[in-house]
Amino acid sequence: MREVLRAAVMVCRKDLRMEWRTKATISYVVPFVLIVVVLFAFALDTDPVLLRRATAGVYWITVLFAATLIAQRSAAIEGRDGVMDSLRLSGLDPAGQFLGKAAAIFAQLLLIQIPLGIGVAVLYGVSLERPGIGVLSALLATLAVAASGAIYGPLAAGFVGSEAVLPLLYLPVLTPVMMAATRSAESALGFGVGAGWHWTAMLGMLGATFLVLGTLTAASLLEHR
Amino acid sequence: MTEKATAERAALQGPLSTGSRATRVLGLASIASLALLVFYTFKATKPDVELGETVRILYIHVPTISTAYLLLLTNAVASVVFLVKKNRFADHLAGASAEVGLLLLGLTLVTGMLWGRPTWGTYWVWDPRLTTTLIMFLMYLGYVTLRGLPGEFVTRGTRAAIVGIVSVFMLYPVRQSVNWWSSLHQGSTALGRPLKAEISGNQELALYIGFLAFLILAVWLVVHRFRLAWLEESARETSLTAEIAERRAAEAPGSTTVRADVSAAARVSQGAGSPQEDTQ
Amino acid sequence: MRQATATAQATATAQATERAPGADSADARAMGGLALRFSNVVALSGGFPVLTGVDLQVQVGSICWLAGANGAGKTSILRVAAGLLQPASGTAEVLGMNLRSDLPAVRAAVGLLSHQSGMYEELSVAENLQFWGRACGAKNSEIAASLRRAEVSQRLEPVPFAQLSSGQRRRVSLAAMLVRRATLWCLDEPHAGMDAPGRDLVDGLLLEARDSGVTTLIASHDADRVASLATDRVWVQGGAISSDSGLSEGQTTTSNIGRAEP
Repeated sequence: MREVLRAAVMVCRKDLRMEWRTKATISYVVPFVLIVVVLFAFALDTDPVLLRRATAGVYWITVLFAATLIAQRSAAIEGRDGVMDSLRLSGLDPAGQFLGKAAAIFAQLLLIQIPLGIGVAVLYGVSLERPGIGVLSALLATLAVAASGAIYGPLAAGFVGSEAVLPLLYLPVLTPVMMAATRSAESALGFGVGAGWHWTAMLGMLGATFLVLGTLTAASLLEHR
Repeated sequence: MTEKATAERAALQGPLSTGSRATRVLGLASIASLALLVFYTFKATKPDVELGETVRILYIHVPTISTAYLLLLTNAVASVVFLVKKNRFADHLAGASAEVGLLLLGLTLVTGMLWGRPTWGTYWVWDPRLTTTLIMFLMYLGYVTLRGLPGEFVTRGTRAAIVGIVSVFMLYPVRQSVNWWSSLHQGSTALGRPLKAEISGNQELALYIGFLAFLILAVWLVVHRFRLAWLEESARETSLTAEIAERRAAEAPGSTTVRADVSAAARVSQGAGSPQEDTQ
Repeated sequence: MRQATATAQATATAQATERAPGADSADARAMGGLALRFSNVVALSGGFPVLTGVDLQVQVGSICWLAGANGAGKTSILRVAAGLLQPASGTAEVLGMNLRSDLPAVRAAVGLLSHQSGMYEELSVAENLQFWGRACGAKNSEIAASLRRAEVSQRLEPVPFAQLSSGQRRRVSLAAMLVRRATLWCLDEPHAGMDAPGRDLVDGLLLEARDSGVTTLIASHDADRVASLATDRVWVQGGAISSDSGLSEGQTTTSNIGRAEP
């Protein structure tokens, strides 16, 4: 267990340090996220009622798009110049490597949700009515998206045109996350019927499922990605 | 030389076509049971009290989705076996069952939409069952696409197996969230639950014939698809054996038996020149 | 979770093995002093038979030179020995351990210098070494010592790996291999891209390692250099060993062979 944790901390710190060096998420993904928010506003027409109603959906669709970019990059940085061989020889616990990658994706997804949240709040004119459920469900949903991203990113890496392969595999699996996150967000924004705690529970269950499956398959994935 | 010949003979001992007596029996059985299903669907049953004539579509629609679920379960079990054992059998079984499963999911969607047209007046309603099937269809479409991408046997199999396992664990959450999601918008309608309609007598029999027919059909298709994949792999291996022999023969002068002589000769003639000069 | 603990234990054992090189060579001596025993090893890559039946035995403490043309299968032999390419058939033992069942232990005992750097381009030299060094349980002082030993100058430490010249990259990869304290070195063209002092450094390290009981597999075209270092030489042709000869038989023949190599 200590080995798993040690590997996870090392890999996560390494990934975040690389992100800090290249600023890829901040310089590409954050502007992308803001563009999507603005484009959706035009696509849906700038009717305030409609925009407010669509906020939760737009928010999470944008997070999913950003997640495909981040998961792709997370897998790509391990796929260059013999790094995979070094990782296989390193003795770092495979499950720990998976958890570390998932943690780094989680952190980056949280990072992009700051400008995204501010963006929709300002441009779509919404406010958080129930911050408790809003924050908790967003954290759980982000965890589920990050854990599945750490599974699917490497699976789709290394092909010609892997940019297209990842969304094809990744997005259908995320539909339950999308539904649960959107409904939770709606009730957090004051649109939903009731508190929607069952949706939050669903998010927790999905996150746990992805984490467990990723941990169990990590050794196979490291060996044969 | 002998190595190559033995390998070729070994490969030839396997099946040379995807058919056999058993599959022909299966094929005939599926044709017969499908014919029986057609008879029961259109002739032997009366229109439903609630659903009218459209109930007839359900004798196909319901068996296809149950058989599809069975195949996806098979895929998941085979995927787990592959991750542990890395054997060809599990990989081909996983691939074959997912492909046929995808076909049946597609059939379920089509029949569902055909049923929806007269019932709801439109081909697509975000009915929880259909929506769940659509999401599953998309998930396994990704799986089949991934299998089709080039790669080493073990690599491709491992990637596919992981996707297969994750996908099967998503079936329940997908279904549950779609149920909650649609009850939020539509409220539960009688239309969304066609099986709640009373079925009895010949209707029930027709449904069972449907289950049987599609089960036999699925097994038949899976066996053929499995054998095809097996033959492809065997063909690759046979050519590989030939390739190994060829590579050794072409680059090292002489065959395996002569190789000992070459090394001996090389040791003797080291002063005169290197073995590499022979090939240049 | 159970699987995770099992892996953790395996890693722990692997590290214990790695941290005690003496124990390893004792094991190897127990199996008749062989660091490497390949018998009819066939290996595939991308569906192509890169190895077509390799029979190879390497004594502990020897420097085995794999010679042969490009594409002959030298790199593939190194990758099988390092536990990165599983044989499709045949048996392979590395340091007395089975390549399939003791894979983590084999990998922990092996150091690989391939033609790829195995480093993160975005991270600095120091950060790369920190990551790979700590991964195999090395202390900071050991990491610093490896960098000094590979003659990576201190002013390069904060420089991103991507900005290094090819010789400098080689040295950093070499340092990352040294920090593993491996008992089997797999070197793929270690002299390539190095300047004269760099090539001398590699030679010095090789001899030093041999004296401390390390076994080395070295794939090289730099015949003049390797011929004087190697204790054994095998020709790799068409994915198999075409003949082997002990260089100890006579240095004159060795240099002759050396010149025949392009």
